[in-house]
This record gives sequence, structure tokens and C-alpha cells, in this order.
Amino acid sequence: MKRETAKQILIHLALISAAIICVYPLSRIFTVSIRPGDRVISTDLALIPDGATFLSYMKLLKETYFLRWLFNSLVITVTTSMIGVSLASTAAYAFSRFNFFGKKSAMIMLLSTQMIPAGMLILPLFLMIMKMNLMNTYLGMIIAYSVSSLPFSIWILKGYYDTIPKSLEEAAMVDGTGYVGAFWRVILPLSAPALSIAFLFNFTSAWNEYLVARVVLFSSKQYTWTLGLFELQGQFITQWGMFAAGSMLVTIPVLLVFLYSSKWLVSGLTLGSVKG
Amino acid sequence: MASVTFKKIVKKYNDNLILDGVDLEIRDHEFVVIVGPSGCGKTTMLRLLAGLEEITSGDIEIDGLKVNDLPPAKREIAMVFQDYALYPHMTVKENMSFALKLRHFPKDEIEKRVKESASILQLEKLLNRMPKQLSGGQRQRVAIGRAIVRKPKVFLFDEPLSNLDAKLREEMRVEIARLYQKLNSTIVYVTHDQVEAMTLAGRVVVMNKGHIQQSGTPLDVYRKPQNVFVAGFIGSPTMNFLRGKIEKQEDFFYFSNQSVKIFLPLFSFPEVEKYSGKDVILGIRPDDIILDDKKIDHAHKISGNVEVIELLGHRENIYIKVGDQKILAVGEAFSNFSPGSLVEFSFNYKNIHIFDATTEKRINS
Ligand SMILES: Nc1ncnc2c1ncn2[C@@H]1O[C@H](COP(=O)(O)OP(=O)(O)OP(=O)(O)O)[C@@H](O)[C@H]1O
Ligand SMILES: [Mg+2]
Repeated sequence: MKRETAKQILIHLALISAAIICVYPLSRIFTVSIRPGDRVISTDLALIPDGATFLSYMKLLKETYFLRWLFNSLVITVTTSMIGVSLASTAAYAFSRFNFFGKKSAMIMLLSTQMIPAGMLILPLFLMIMKMNLMNTYLGMIIAYSVSSLPFSIWILKGYYDTIPKSLEEAAMVDGTGYVGAFWRVILPLSAPALSIAFLFNFTSAWNEYLVARVVLFSSKQYTWTLGLFELQGQFITQWGMFAAGSMLVTIPVLLVFLYSSKWLVSGLTLGSVKG
Repeated sequence: MASVTFKKIVKKYNDNLILDGVDLEIRDHEFVVIVGPSGCGKTTMLRLLAGLEEITSGDIEIDGLKVNDLPPAKREIAMVFQDYALYPHMTVKENMSFALKLRHFPKDEIEKRVKESASILQLEKLLNRMPKQLSGGQRQRVAIGRAIVRKPKVFLFDEPLSNLDAKLREEMRVEIARLYQKLNSTIVYVTHDQVEAMTLAGRVVVMNKGHIQQSGTPLDVYRKPQNVFVAGFIGSPTMNFLRGKIEKQEDFFYFSNQSVKIFLPLFSFPEVEKYSGKDVILGIRPDDIILDDKKIDHAHKISGNVEVIELLGHRENIYIKVGDQKILAVGEAFSNFSPGSLVEFSFNYKNIHIFDATTEKRINS
């Protein structure tokens, strides 16, 4: 009994400190975002500073293309994630369930692409997107992003599919589905946790991406929020207030996606399907 | 309700020959139980029939129709998997109605059939549970329920009771026997368990190493095993096998080796004349060794020493040694034998099995 309590206390301590470490920087940014314009760079530590104001938010929304940037980011990110997850879920199924020539080497090749630093990929990506005439377009961005998260998603999903007993699909096929039906009605629903992890991974990496966007997008209206916010870093003065306000706002979609998908992250869904 | 025919079925995995030309005809409404040691290809037979595995060569017919290239969905077969394979994301009810929904059955028909099967299997109270909220026996019943709602042509069972404890297994065995009466359909049932095979089967098919060793009624394979493998595989405890020769002495025939000499009355081995002087294997079940002093054939009794006694409750296993020959007999419990003591016995001549020593095939009728 006592040991249990001690364990609980330790766990809570660890979690609380982790939470503080995560939340503290965010709270600073929040503070900066609501400081009055003349005092953004102050050493004051109060969470709500004197004369707190939403002026930076107003200015950000009115004087810049911020909403447009956010919209661009959302379109690109959501499309990317959906394409990425659909491609990965089917590719991973093939890798998990079928034997074909070159399967092993293909898996290893996928993994090795992940070891190439992102910077090295910029030039080839740039060249390809230019040749396809997709510079400064959503489509160019979406293609670049979906393929770059694909290997990781495939590995995650393949690993998960491998844990689903094959007899479940066989039961489905005996019950009257084909391969596709078994995949759609049995494998996909069971893979919800892994699918949502793959989705989140695609989402966050596309949402926060800067380098590729920098190269592909060149007109202010087409910018994603990452490019847009950095544009606020003027040559002579950086609008820290607006910068912070923007940073606060862009966390909202990610937060919503995480909250929504958390219900799918419950694991142990395959429990009870086989044996006793 | 359908007949099933395996014609010269060969199955290879890469270069491993798993089934080596299996011929089997299953009649409409027959309950066929396939038994055999682990790895002999029982599951493979079912999977080929279900269409989950490709045939290397040969034909499978259902109701006279060749199904080699038919996908599982089109074969009108239901299978109860060894590991149940319930869909974990569906309730019991959804599990049971899945196949019917795929076939676009009307809602009230689905409802009716699920209800019907649920009541046969006593699953009514569990219909809204998820598989993980069920006990092993309940899962097993759901797996059967999922099969019977479909009213398929053929049922395939792959060791459905192997994961249950002894008591539950007994209950389910009776349940399945009752279902069979009710369903009136063809059943192919794979098991390791002798009792299941003997009690459920209309016909037992004994397999080994990719071949069918014998196929016949339970009584047939028990009373007249066609070869040494079947004789040793069916029956518990295992049959005694004695190697020796047929000898003739003054118009009588005997089986003998350096330790024992056993009288062979003509009715036990009518063909004995032909085998005089030949090497044979004599098989005798432990139950067919007579220890009771009143029933022993005193003229030809054999005496040996008791080595070990295992008490099994109402019976006991008595390990006897005659010279170098070990023989297991089964006797009434508390028969007052003790290790080392002298024991006299004779064989129940009606149930002696004689096999050719080289081909291991049965030679007495
Ligand atoms: N996918 C496969 N690839 C290669 N060999 C296989 C495959 N499936 C089964 N085998 C082999 O085929 C043989 C027969 O297997 P099968 O599952 O039919 O045996 P079984 O009689 O059902 O055994 P058990 O009683 O243990 O279930 C075994 O030797 C097994 O190793
Ligand atoms: Mg098996």
C-alpha cells in the first residue's frame, strides 16, 4: 500500500516537472504577445504584464496576410496528411502481408532515406518541383511534404499491421470479403491508433516545415505561416509582439488535432480477438 | 448441405511436400473428423478447402463443382478458426451478422438468424459485449455462432476446443454434437483429441505425413486399424506392439519372440497359415489384456513381472515385463498388484492385430 503511494507520488512528480518544462516557454511567449508595444523586450516575469493588450493580435490580423498564411498552411497540411496516410496505409499493408521481389531491400531503402539530412534534399526537390512547373503552388508543396513523411509512416504502420493476426482477414474473407474488403473493414478499423499516429506525424511535420517552403514559395500571399512569421523579422526591427501573437495562434490547430485524435490513440484494441 | 471431394490433392510450400496426393470423398451431411499428429497437414486440408491457400495440383469439388479458383467468399463455407479470430472492434452481434450484411440480407432476416443462433448457443445476454469482454468458452461459442448464422454448405472446424479446459471442452463437445443434429449440414472437423474424434465423427480420417492412412467409422479405425500408424495413433493408452515371428507347433500357430510365446487361435488370424515363419508385428490394446483369473486362458497364459503401477482413479495402468518384452495392461483399480510381483495374463484373442513387419500393413481380417 505504502509502496503504491510512493510510486504514485514519483510518477506525478516526474509528469508535473515535464509539464512545467513544456508549458513554461509557451507561457513566456503568451506574456510577450500581450505586452503593450513599447515594452515587448522587458525582463518582467509576470504572466499577465501591466497594461496587457491584444493589440499585437489585432495588428497581426489586420496588417499582415496572417489569416491567409494560416489558411495556406491548413490546406497544405491537411491534404498532405490525408494523402500521406492513405498511401502509407496501403503500402504498409502490402509490405506486411504479401511476399514480393525486393520487399526487404525496399523496406531498408525507405528507412535509409530518413537518414539523409533534410538540407541535402532541398536542391533536388527544388529542381523537381521547378521542372514540374509547380513552383509557388499548393500542389508542389503537397507533393514534397507527402513523400517526405511517407517512409516513416510506412514503417509505423507495417509494424502495427504485423501485430494483427492474419486469421482475422482470413475470417473476413471466408465471411465474404475480398482482400480489399478485409483491409477496409477489419485491418483499417483495428489500426486506428497507428493511423492516428501517422496522421499526427504527417500533420506536425508539414505544419512546422520551413526549409522546403522557403524554396518553393516566393509570393507573400502563398506563404505558409512559418514563412509569414519569419517575414515579420524585419531587417532592422523585429515585431516581437506580433511574432509572439502569431506563434500563439498557430498552436491552436495542432492542439485541436491532437485533442481530437487522442480518442483514437487508445491501444489494446486487438485484445480478445484470438485465443483466451 | 453439400458433398466435398478432394482429388489427388498435392500441396507444396516451396519445396516442402505437405499433402501428397490426398483423395477424400465427403458425402452430404457427413461429419468427418480429421485426426493426425501435429504438422501432418490437417489445417492445410481445411485451408485448401476454404480457399485460403492455393492448391499445387489436384482438384477440390463442392457439390460436384470444381472450386480450385473460387475465392473464399464464393465458396459458401464457414470456418471456425483454431484461434477463433473474432473481429475485436465489433460486438458479438456485429461479429455474427458481418457475413450476412456483406451479402445484403434484409435487416429483419439478419436479426432473426442472429437471435436464433444466439439462443442455440446461449449467447443472448452477450450480444452487445466486445470480444475482449468474453471468457474463452464464450468466445468459442461466438466463433461457432458466427459460422452457423450463415447456414453454409460446409462447416470447417479447426481444433475449436483445443484452447478450452477439460470440463468446458466436454460441454462444448456435446454442444457440437447437438448442433450437428440440428443443422443438417456437412462438417469437416480437425482435432488432436481422440475422444472428440471417436464421439463426434461419422467418419474418422487418420492422416500422417501428407497421406490419408485410413478413413472409416470410429469403430472401424479402432477395431480394424489398417496399419501400425493408425493402430498406434488411435486409442489411449497406446497399443502394445510386439515384434516376432509366426511359428507352427503341432498344428497350432504361435506368435513368438525371445521373450514371449503367444497362442494364436485360428479365428483371431484366419490367414495365419500363409505367414508361417514370417516376421510380423502383433498389436494388442492394453484393455485387451486379460488379468482376471476367472477369464484368463489358463492353457496359454503368460507370466511376467509387474514393473510399475499408475493409478488413474477407477482403473490402473500396469506395466508388465516378460523377459525383455514390455507390455502395458489396464486393470481395475486396486487390483492388489505390487511392483515386482508375479502377474499372469492372456490376450483377448478377438482383438489381436497382426501387421506385416516390413510394410506395417494389417494382415489379419
Ligand atoms: N505458410 C507456410 N509455409 C511453409 N510451411 C507451412 C506453412 N503452413 C504450414 N506449413 C507446414 O505444413 C505442414 C502442415 O501444417 P498444418 O498446419 O497443416 O499442420 P496440422 O496438421 O494442422 O498441425 P497441428 O496439429 O499442429 O495444427 C507443417 O509441417 C508446417 O510446417
Ligand atoms: Mg493445425
